[in-house]
Amino acid sequence: MDLSFTPEERRFREEVRAFLAASLPAAMRQTVLEGLHVSPEDTVAWQRILHRQGWGGPSWPTRFGGTGWDPVRQYVFEEECAAAGAPRLLPFGLKMVGPVIMRFGNEAQQRRHLPPILSGDEWWCQGYSEPGAGSDLASLQTRAERQGDHYLVNGQKTWITLAQHASWIFCLVRTDRSAKAQAGISFLLIDMRSPGVTVRPITMLDGGHEVNEVWLEEVRVPAENLVGEENQGWTYAKFLLGHERTNIAGIGASKRELARLRRVAGLERKHGRPLLEDPFFAARLAQVEIELMALEITNLRVLSAEAERRAPGPEASLLKIKGTEIQQAITELLVQAVGPYALPFRREALLPGFDGPAVGPDHAAPAAASYCNMRKASIYGGSNEIQKNIITQLILGL
Amino acid sequence: MDFNLTAEQQQLADTVQRFLAREYAFEARRRILRSPEGWSREIWGRLAELGLLSLQVPEEHGGLAPAPVETLLTMTAFGKALFLEPYLSSAILATALVRAQGTAAQRQALLPALAAGERLAVPAHGEAGARYDLCRVATAAARQGDGWRLRGRKAVVLHAPAADLLLVTARTAGGPAEEAGLSLFQVPREAAGVRLLPYRTIDGMCAADVELDAALPADALLGAEGTAFAALSAAWDLGVAALCAEAVGVLQATLDATLEYTKTRRQFGVPIAKFQALQHRMADMLIHVEQARSMSYLAALQDGQGQARERQRALSAAKVVVGQACRFVGQQAVQLHGGMGVTDELPVSHGFKRLLAIELSLGDTEHHLERFLAASAGPA
Repeated sequence: MDLSFTPEERRFREEVRAFLAASLPAAMRQTVLEGLHVSPEDTVAWQRILHRQGWGGPSWPTRFGGTGWDPVRQYVFEEECAAAGAPRLLPFGLKMVGPVIMRFGNEAQQRRHLPPILSGDEWWCQGYSEPGAGSDLASLQTRAERQGDHYLVNGQKTWITLAQHASWIFCLVRTDRSAKAQAGISFLLIDMRSPGVTVRPITMLDGGHEVNEVWLEEVRVPAENLVGEENQGWTYAKFLLGHERTNIAGIGASKRELARLRRVAGLERKHGRPLLEDPFFAARLAQVEIELMALEITNLRVLSAEAERRAPGPEASLLKIKGTEIQQAITELLVQAVGPYALPFRREALLPGFDGPAVGPDHAAPAAASYCNMRKASIYGGSNEIQKNIITQLILGL
Repeated sequence: MDFNLTAEQQQLADTVQRFLAREYAFEARRRILRSPEGWSREIWGRLAELGLLSLQVPEEHGGLAPAPVETLLTMTAFGKALFLEPYLSSAILATALVRAQGTAAQRQALLPALAAGERLAVPAHGEAGARYDLCRVATAAARQGDGWRLRGRKAVVLHAPAADLLLVTARTAGGPAEEAGLSLFQVPREAAGVRLLPYRTIDGMCAADVELDAALPADALLGAEGTAFAALSAAWDLGVAALCAEAVGVLQATLDATLEYTKTRRQFGVPIAKFQALQHRMADMLIHVEQARSMSYLAALQDGQGQARERQRALSAAKVVVGQACRFVGQQAVQLHGGMGVTDELPVSHGFKRLLAIELSLGDTEHHLERFLAASAGPA
């Protein structure tokens, strides 16, 4: 048993660090480190930079143009990227539909769809949830009828993250209405530019436009866009959920946000002294820091088990619950730290390069919005209550 | 990054578990608990045979130290069995104190005897009002003739009634909270001027308050005068790691017992494990257990080569996570056992009490949160 990284892993970390120092544009870095909004252009630009380095698919096998890194290297890479202030890589192509196409798609689909994910040329979004199908995903109603060489798709998807920028959506659709819940679902790739696809924004509690409704009305989808077999979509969806959760603990990002919180708490004052020295605040901060230390090791334990088993197990649910609790606790403390200046809310101040008149310290502007925004973390990707159901069934055997 | 055990480590873990399953099952443990001594000399002999008493004894004295992973595995196994024996007191804390503070001759005289189970030593350090402050010692030793006069009172000395030898901290110089000026003395429990007020702790361990007004020979002083703090601090750090590992065993056993109980106990026509309110509670318990397990690894692998501050920071973080897990899992296990949880009959209440004691031992959660903050302060 050895908790330290091997010399090869440490060398790898140095290599990543050197690359980030040389290749991550300063403006992007600053936007992320200050907790401001990352533009879709920056997100794509970063994917392109990585792709040029050959690192566009950090979690992909080399056979499909990925790096072939083991889980520990992937972890080190994500941690270093987060610490340096690199924009988050979009999970929809890299961690969701990509692995499904690699595993269940045919060769034509692999050739058509995988390269543009790596190059950043195509932006995917995930069409799972529906107004009546959230945690109970299998009750989804969007239907696809086979008509000759195409499917005719009708239905409504919701909570579609960043669909406004996406050129493709992968959807769970019902192809057999007589079959029960999980049976009768298929996995379909749909071009967002098809006639009958409408995207409507949902404004969130932080005023942001992050998610959308996607309406599918008489959309003709070529039959060749069916992944795997008809009515086997639920199997693929479960496979995808496992991969989606692999970095859900978000250790690297939480470390970065904790560092920001410490900076802010060092600048804010209470009774004339830095807030960081206040025993009540310091104790709460230490509590979060300590839980993150523990989660980092738990995460590494899961990763090394994965490296031997080659597939994410139900322990990912534990990482999701604890990871999101920590992410939320950090934003809660950030609001606490900035105090009254958490209240002024000016969306324009959250954009990089804002040079209007300042209200309160610069670090105060994003605090309340990120607190509000992070409430989503315990809801998405299978709510934390659903994760507890998974733990109950698959780990505790109840 | 490697969480695997070597073949030898796995073998050791299996051996300890088999031994405990055979000789320390719940009923056997109950007999020891109810015996007048509250521990078993026979079991102690078996621990010596198995080599478990030599995990903190350096190789040159016939031991296996350093053996952090072996200690971790052993302590976790002991935790599962709700072990009552003076292992932490003698085989870890006292042995580590002798190892770090004794002169070559004292180490040679004591360490092989401790490893063989021929002698049993326990630290007598804590005092009323000192709480968990390691250097707050009022017990004093002064030179008297060729030897020493030792006066003071030690509080909650675990396993003192089982010990042949008490390792007593006493001030030979310095103010009441100074690191310098602390000395360590070996005092036979039977020596004149040593009076024990014996009792059991809430979790069934034998213990005592110890009154000291004793004349001691010159060689009762372990190592150099006034220099014992470093050894004490190092021994306590080892103890914290061991205690975290033991806690994981108790936590796992307590969770397992709760799962088993809720699967068998039926109400409203179904096993109560079918109720979601209970299921989610047990999922929360599991999260606590796994986070504690992770920290028990981190604590065990603080090999003392890194910065002292970094080591203390990690150990205190571990004790915080473990202490909070002890409270949560202990309380919820009793709750989910319902009325049976508050009886003496089932293992759950015994686990609950051990978890309480672990949280309060070698620094409680608040103490370690404070130490974590102190170790984190200043330039990183």
